[in-house]
Amino acid sequence: MSKILVIAEHLGGTLNSSTARAVSAAIAVKGDAIDVLVLSDAPDAIAAEAARIDGVSRVLAVARAENAHPLAAVLAPQIAKAAAGYSHVFAPSTTFGKDLAPRVAALLGVAQVSDVMSVEASHTFRRPIYAGNAIVTVEADAAHTVVATIRTASWPAAGSGAGSAPVEALVIDAALPAHTRFVALQQGGSDRPDLQSASKVVSGGRGVGSKENFDIVYKFADKIGAAVGASRAAVDAGYCPNEMQVGQTGKIIAPELYMAIGISGAIQHLTGIKDAGTIVAINKDGEAPIFEVADFGLVGDLFKIIPELEAALG
Amino acid sequence: MKILVGYKRVVDYNVRIQVKPDGSGVVTDGVKLSANPFDDIALEEALRLREKGVASEVVVVGIGPADLTAHLRNGLAMGANRAIHVVAADAVQPLTAARVFLKLIEKEQPGLVLLGKQAIDDDANQTGQMLAALWDRPQATFAGKVEIADGKATVTREVDAGLEVIEAELPAVITVDLRLNEPRFIKLPDIMKAKAKPIDSIDFGSLGVAAHDQLKTTHYAAPAKRSKGVMVKDAAELVAALKQKGLL
Ligand SMILES: Cc1cc2nc3c(=O)[nH]c(=O)nc-3n(C[C@H](O)[C@H](O)[C@H](O)COP(=O)(O)OP(=O)(O)OC[C@H]3O[C@@H](n4cnc5c(N)ncnc54)[C@H](O)[C@@H]3O)c2cc1C
Ligand SMILES: Cc1cc2nc3c(=O)[nH]c(=O)nc-3n(C[C@H](O)[C@H](O)[C@H](O)COP(=O)(O)OP(=O)(O)OC[C@H]3O[C@@H](n4cnc5c(N)ncnc54)[C@H](O)[C@@H]3O)c2cc1C
Repeated sequence: MSKILVIAEHLGGTLNSSTARAVSAAIAVKGDAIDVLVLSDAPDAIAAEAARIDGVSRVLAVARAENAHPLAAVLAPQIAKAAAGYSHVFAPSTTFGKDLAPRVAALLGVAQVSDVMSVEASHTFRRPIYAGNAIVTVEADAAHTVVATIRTASWPAAGSGAGSAPVEALVIDAALPAHTRFVALQQGGSDRPDLQSASKVVSGGRGVGSKENFDIVYKFADKIGAAVGASRAAVDAGYCPNEMQVGQTGKIIAPELYMAIGISGAIQHLTGIKDAGTIVAINKDGEAPIFEVADFGLVGDLFKIIPELEAALG
Repeated sequence: MKILVGYKRVVDYNVRIQVKPDGSGVVTDGVKLSANPFDDIALEEALRLREKGVASEVVVVGIGPADLTAHLRNGLAMGANRAIHVVAADAVQPLTAARVFLKLIEKEQPGLVLLGKQAIDDDANQTGQMLAALWDRPQATFAGKVEIADGKATVTREVDAGLEVIEAELPAVITVDLRLNEPRFIKLPDIMKAKAKPIDSIDFGSLGVAAHDQLKTTHYAAPAKRSKGVMVKDAAELVAALKQKGLL
């Protein structure tokens, strides 16, 4: 008798696709009901989007001015109250969910399962540790609510369009703290596809050499309609902003095509891409570890190869 | 202001972890252990705040077995004033670690607690958030920049959408991300000086922290391996291969 509450992630009035991925994991629990909880200052449009996701039983919309920005300290007490009667609370394992879910778990006094890759049984899950070098099977106590974050790269987004779940307004009587305040969000603001949901990703590493040189990566990515990522070394060196980092401490992604350009293939980087469909590596060092995992490898100078690729594409 | 810093010992990030053939765990015998890289960054930030006059005392905290002392000495050599060692024979899970930190907070009354955003062994990314909840105080996770003034912390957080700036009244919990700073290297004279610094040892059992509500790990497996693919000779061959797979 499982009942799962999925916490919706949204930004700027639109639902993030991570929510539909978390719904996929909820479906895998084979429970009796999957409800999506939308916390916002203006939840209507977001809730309507969530209601269309296949498999969703109900959407619960909480409208409160304090929910204008996703502050964990403000959202967690509301979720902890809303969780009553649910066997599971799922959030996507994005920075939103990672920030929020442990705060909910602690309020409920339960352990949290981070980064669920697969659901083996209602209370048994598989998750990665040691940067994905080992996969553990963990069992949560069936007597308590399970709080878990869902590793989005392991789950397809549940279909959208067929569903038409009812949307209910929910009033939660919880005192909310004012000790934490939102100031600003600085976004990269690019027109390129979103790194976490793109079907193609082109990433550059330290081998690209400079911020100016990174333009050739952007240009090539635009030509094939890909999102752009980077290694930590490239971000640290200031070639590109932090939100482009792929890896253990950056984004974990699973595009159909991943092209690593001037990236050596450190284990922390590979953690972020091991679920990619096809990996292409371009590196001037034929011994670079990235070639051990690449489906297609090409040894050579990226400054020569990228223009050649563009030419070959026509 | 006093700062408490989480200082966890983990398998060094350069070690290639091997899963035991019987699935009972990972091989940790004889492997190199180091400070969790994020905790070195947390400590560095605390030391800088002390050097700026914002903080007066920096205390490193480790929860772990009896032989953790050598590791805590490294934290002292880096510059912490003193260390607290909560002696626990078994590894503790995040909720338990958070409960331990809360006990220490009640005693130490810090103005700020700095933890790593995640420990690179279990990659749980939970302890700081759980502690902030139990303590009923603000949390600022994934910090890339920290400014302390007028009783509050202004923190730039590295989030998926970009950089988010929030304000948190002190006391608060901040968990640090990789780009916050570059930790200093320990110099030999510092190692000598660290020998004279105090390490308070507290028995885990004496804190009265419940260690139930645990997840049970029943099996360890090696990750599915990607097999090595093919090498192509030039750009034209690569484009042809990707087109054939319908990827371009
Ligand atoms: C706790 C921790 C967490 C980390 N998390 C992450 C993470 O999330 N993501 C991440 O990426 N890293 C992470 N790292 C860092 C990781 O260990 C590596 O340092 C990093 O991935 C290296 O980036 P790189 O491959 O771009 O640089 P390098 O290793 O320096 O590789 C550059 C490559 O470019 C090639 N090259 C140079 N010039 C050219 C050219 N003209 N043409 C073609 N090829 C060229 C070189 O042959 C080389 O292989 C983490 C490290 C730690 C300790
Ligand atoms: C192979 C393996 C097997 C394990 N088996 C068990 C088991 O059977 N039972 C069990 O209870 N535990 C076990 N553990 C340990 C336990 O699960 C982890 O230590 C615990 O989950 C903490 O997770 P984390 O460090 O990833 O937390 P995170 O939330 O990722 O840690 C974030 C931050 O919290 C602080 N912190 C966390 N823990 C400590 C600490 N001990 N000392 C100081 N600061 C700390 C640090 O600042 C750290 O950067 C095992 C660990 C491993 C690696």
